[in-house]
Amino acid sequence: MASLDRVKVLVLGDSGVGKSSLVHLLCQNQVLGNPSWTVGCSVDVRVQDYKEGTPEEKTYYIELWDVGGSLGSASSIKSTRAVFYNSVNGIMLVHDLTNKKSSQNLYRWSLEALSKDSSPTRVIVSNGDYDREQFAENSVPLLLIGTKFDQIAETKRTEVLTRTAFLSEDFNAEEINLDCTNPRYLAAGTSNAVKLSRFFDKVIEKRYFTRDPSPMIGFADRKRFNFKSLHYD
Amino acid sequence: MSFLVDSIIMFTSQVLFFGFGWLFFMRQLFKDYEVRQYIVQVVFSITFAFSCTMFELIIFEILGALSSNSRYFHWKLNLYVILLVLIFVVPFYIGYFVVSNIRLLQRQKLLFACMVWFTFMYFFWKLGDPFPILSPKHGILSIEQLISRVGVIGVTLMALLSGFGAVNCPYTYMSYFLRNVTDSDILALERRLLQTMDMIVSKKKRIAMTRRQMYQRGEDQNKQTGLWGMIKSVTSTQTGSENLSLIQQEVDALEELSRQLFLETVELQATKERIEYSKTFQGKYFNFLGYFFSIYCVWKIFMATINIVFDRVGKTDPVTRGIEITVNYLGIQFDVKFWSQHISFILVGIIIVTSIRGLLITLTKFFYAISSNKSSNVIVLVLAQIMGMYFVSSVLLMRMSMPLEYRSIVTEVLGELQFNFYHRWFDVIFLVSALSSILFLYLAHKQAPEKQMAL
Repeated sequence: MASLDRVKVLVLGDSGVGKSSLVHLLCQNQVLGNPSWTVGCSVDVRVQDYKEGTPEEKTYYIELWDVGGSLGSASSIKSTRAVFYNSVNGIMLVHDLTNKKSSQNLYRWSLEALSKDSSPTRVIVSNGDYDREQFAENSVPLLLIGTKFDQIAETKRTEVLTRTAFLSEDFNAEEINLDCTNPRYLAAGTSNAVKLSRFFDKVIEKRYFTRDPSPMIGFADRKRFNFKSLHYD
Repeated sequence: MSFLVDSIIMFTSQVLFFGFGWLFFMRQLFKDYEVRQYIVQVVFSITFAFSCTMFELIIFEILGALSSNSRYFHWKLNLYVILLVLIFVVPFYIGYFVVSNIRLLQRQKLLFACMVWFTFMYFFWKLGDPFPILSPKHGILSIEQLISRVGVIGVTLMALLSGFGAVNCPYTYMSYFLRNVTDSDILALERRLLQTMDMIVSKKKRIAMTRRQMYQRGEDQNKQTGLWGMIKSVTSTQTGSENLSLIQQEVDALEELSRQLFLETVELQATKERIEYSKTFQGKYFNFLGYFFSIYCVWKIFMATINIVFDRVGKTDPVTRGIEITVNYLGIQFDVKFWSQHISFILVGIIIVTSIRGLLITLTKFFYAISSNKSSNVIVLVLAQIMGMYFVSSVLLMRMSMPLEYRSIVTEVLGELQFNFYHRWFDVIFLVSALSSILFLYLAHKQAPEKQMAL
C-alpha cells in the first residue's frame, strides 16, 4: 500500500447535491444516516475487483476524494482546494437532478479540477461557453452522476433524462442517475452497476496499463496548442 | 389631477424598485440555487420596493417634489402596506417554509404555520411591555403600537450592525493587524494536510481489507463445524472487530485534524492575499482610510457614552448646526434656507445609499455563509424581514438628521412616538455592540498567533 500505488478519483459537485452520501454508499455499501457539511475534503476507500470474473482478476483500492465547497467560494478556499486536485486518475461529476444550476455548474467544476496549472481564479472559459474538443481529448475518465432521482415526478422524468443525456455527450462521459438513500439503484446486475464497474476499470487501466508514460494531460498543457477556442481573462 | 400624476410617478418608481429587488435576488442571492418557490422572490422584492419607496418619499419631502397632500397620502399608504408585509405576510411564510422542512408536520402545513404565526405575534406584542415607547392615550389597535415595536427591533438591529461595523471596518482595512505569512508557511501546512490525508487513506485501506477478510473468513467459518470450529470463529472475529474499532477511532481523530488543517490553510491563504492587496495602490488607500475610520469609531463610542451618561439627545440636526457654526464663527454669510435644503438632501441621500448598499452586502455575505439547499427559502425570508425592519427604523432615526421643517411629515405620519427613546436605545446598543466587538476581535487576534506557534 505504498503511496505510489494509489488510484485517486475526485468526487466534485455543488454543495448539497449528495456527494458524501454517494461516497458512503459506494464504499460502505450502506446509506449515510446523518449527512452533514463536508469541511475540506473527506476520503473513503472502495475495494474494486478489476476485471471481475476473469482470470486476470485483481483487487484494487480506489480512493474517492470528496471535495466540499462551492464555486462561489473565496479565492483563498479555492487555492487551498487546489491542493487536492494533484495527480487525479478519474473524476466523478455529481449533480442534483432537481436543480438545473448544479448541472450547469459542472462545467466550471471540471475546469477547476483539470486546469490545475493555472490559478483557480483565472479560469479560462467563460460561463457555459465550453470547448467540446477539450473534453473529447481529455484523458481523465469522467463519470456523470445525477442524484435525488426519486424526487422527480414521473411526468418530468423524460425531460430530465434528455437534459442529462446532452450533458453526458458534452462531457464525453457515461451517466448514472440514482438516489443515494436507496442501495437498490446500484444493486449487482443493474445497468448502473455495470457502468460504474466499467468506469472504475477504465480508471485502473489508464493508471496502470496504459502505454502513455506521462501522467494525464490536463487542460493546462493543452493551452499551448489550442488558442483559438480559449478566451483569456 | 396632480394627485393622479403624483400617484403614477410613485407607482412607476415602485415598479422600478421591485424590478431591482427581483434582479438582486436572482443574480446575487440565489446565484447557485434554483428558485422553486417564486412566492419567496415576490415577497422579497415587495419588501425591498416598499422600503425604498419610504426613502424616496423622504427625498421628495426635502426637495418639495409632488404636492404635500399626495405625499402625505402615499406616506400613509406605504406605511400600512409595509407594516402589513412585515407583520403578517413574511412571518407567516417563514413559519410555512420552516414547517415544510420538518417531515413530521407535512400533513397539516397550514395549521402549523398559523400556530407559528400566532406565537410570533404573542412575543411581538410582549415586546412592547418593558419599553416606555408609547404615551398611554393610544388605543390597542392603533398603528403606533405596531410601528413602535417594529421600531424597537429595527433599531436594535441597526445599532448591533453599526457597532460591529464601526469596529470591524478599521480592523480589516488597516494592515497593521495583518500577521506576517510567508509562502513557505503555507507550503508547510499544505504538506501536512496532504500527509494527514495519506494517513487517513492508508488506515481506511486497512479497515477495508480487514473487513473484506472477515467477510470472506466468515463464509469459510460457516463451513467449519464442530466445537473447535465454533471457538476459533468466536475468538478471531472478536480480535478482528476490536482492531477495527481502534483503527476507526484513529481515523476519526485524523479526519478532525485534517479539517482543522484545511481551515488553517484557508486562513493563511486569505492573509497572504490581503498582504498582497495591501501593497497595491488601492490597498494603501484603504489602509489610510482605516486609520481615519478608527478615529471616527473612537469618537462615536465616546459620544455614545457621553449621551448616555449625561442623558442628552441632540436637539438640532447636524446640517443646521453646521450652518450655524459657519455663519456665527466663521462669518461666512449665505442663504441659510436654500443651502440647508440642498445640504440636507445630499446628506440624507448619502446616508440612505450607504445604508442600503451596506445592508445588502452584509445580507449577501451572511446568506452565502449559512444557507444550504434546504434552508435557502427560510433564510431569504428572514433576511427580507430584517431588511424591512431595518429600513423602517432608519426612517425613524433619520428624523434627527433633518432640519425641523422636514421632520414634520415623519412626525405626523408615524404618530406620537417617543423618538428620544429610540435614540437613547440606539446609543446603548451601539455601545454594547462596539465594546463586545472589540473584545471579540482582540481575543480572536490573540488566539491566532498562538495556534501558529503550536504548529
